[in-house]
Amino acid sequence: MEESPLHPFELHNYIPLSVGGIDISINKAVIIMWVVVALVAFLMLKAGSARQLVPGKLQSLGEMLVDFVRGIILDTMGKDGMRFFPLIATLFLFILFCNLIGLIPGSYTVTSQIVVTAVFACVVYGLSLVMGFLLHGAKFLGILVPPGTPGWLLPLMIPIELISQLARPISLAVRLFANMTAGHVILGVLFGLAISGGLLIGWLPFAFTIAMNGLEVGIAFIQAYIFTVLTCVYLGDAFHLHGHDDHAH
Amino acid sequence: MDSAAAALLGMGLAAAGFAGAGVGIGYIFGKMIEAVARQPEAEARVGKYMWIGFALVEAIALYGLVIAFIIMGLRK
Repeated sequence: MEESPLHPFELHNYIPLSVGGIDISINKAVIIMWVVVALVAFLMLKAGSARQLVPGKLQSLGEMLVDFVRGIILDTMGKDGMRFFPLIATLFLFILFCNLIGLIPGSYTVTSQIVVTAVFACVVYGLSLVMGFLLHGAKFLGILVPPGTPGWLLPLMIPIELISQLARPISLAVRLFANMTAGHVILGVLFGLAISGGLLIGWLPFAFTIAMNGLEVGIAFIQAYIFTVLTCVYLGDAFHLHGHDDHAH
Repeated sequence: MDSAAAALLGMGLAAAGFAGAGVGIGYIFGKMIEAVARQPEAEARVGKYMWIGFALVEAIALYGLVIAFIIMGLRK
């Protein structure tokens, strides 16, 4: 029998619920999301509760995470960007812990559902649009014209920039989703090889899964980091509108 | 040609996109080593951009994988 490699990503409702025709059933992904929220909240509250001048282990971890996000914002958006710190830190910690918790066998990777990553991407991109129009008014449409474009190039540049703008939320969503899905599919294929290979040759793919797990932990961090950096870049673009080029890049 | 065979061929061709990502990742790490060999003190700053570039290139390979999955979904 041929089994789809996407079979482990299928969700089954534990408690079917429906409010006004909208399906809000409780399934594994929802439960794991609650676990992640509880875990992050508990960790950060615990780390921040008994603050000491010389930090303990947990406080050090909390300080490192917060300082890491602060560094990303200062590098990409400058000092003005710190007002977005709560949003960006929440996004980073949630995505990071979703990615990491998915690596535990028997758990579920919430970020391997494109609906989850698409909601993140749409919120981030929608926020950048709303903020851009609120701050700059109609001048925000100038984001479609890179500075220094000669007038006769405008009919060519505006469609290209429009497409690149519209591709932003799509690529943001698909990147995270595809990375998480592909990593788990590769692990699944390798474990399948290890089982079907038997003892004689099966140890080889099994040993490789250990290396792949290490890479997956790295990918979990990198993808959370990339998502955060790109969020900051998009918000910063809307915030500064061609100005402060020393912060971008 | 049988349509099932054509779908399998299409999925294989979509996976061939990994070749481009392989070139890209090799280029990124090669250039990173070159840069650090010239200027070891720049490692932290160059490294940050290297990981961003690595993830972007890897994501492009995975778009090919997504296309393969779409074909797999259409096959039935």
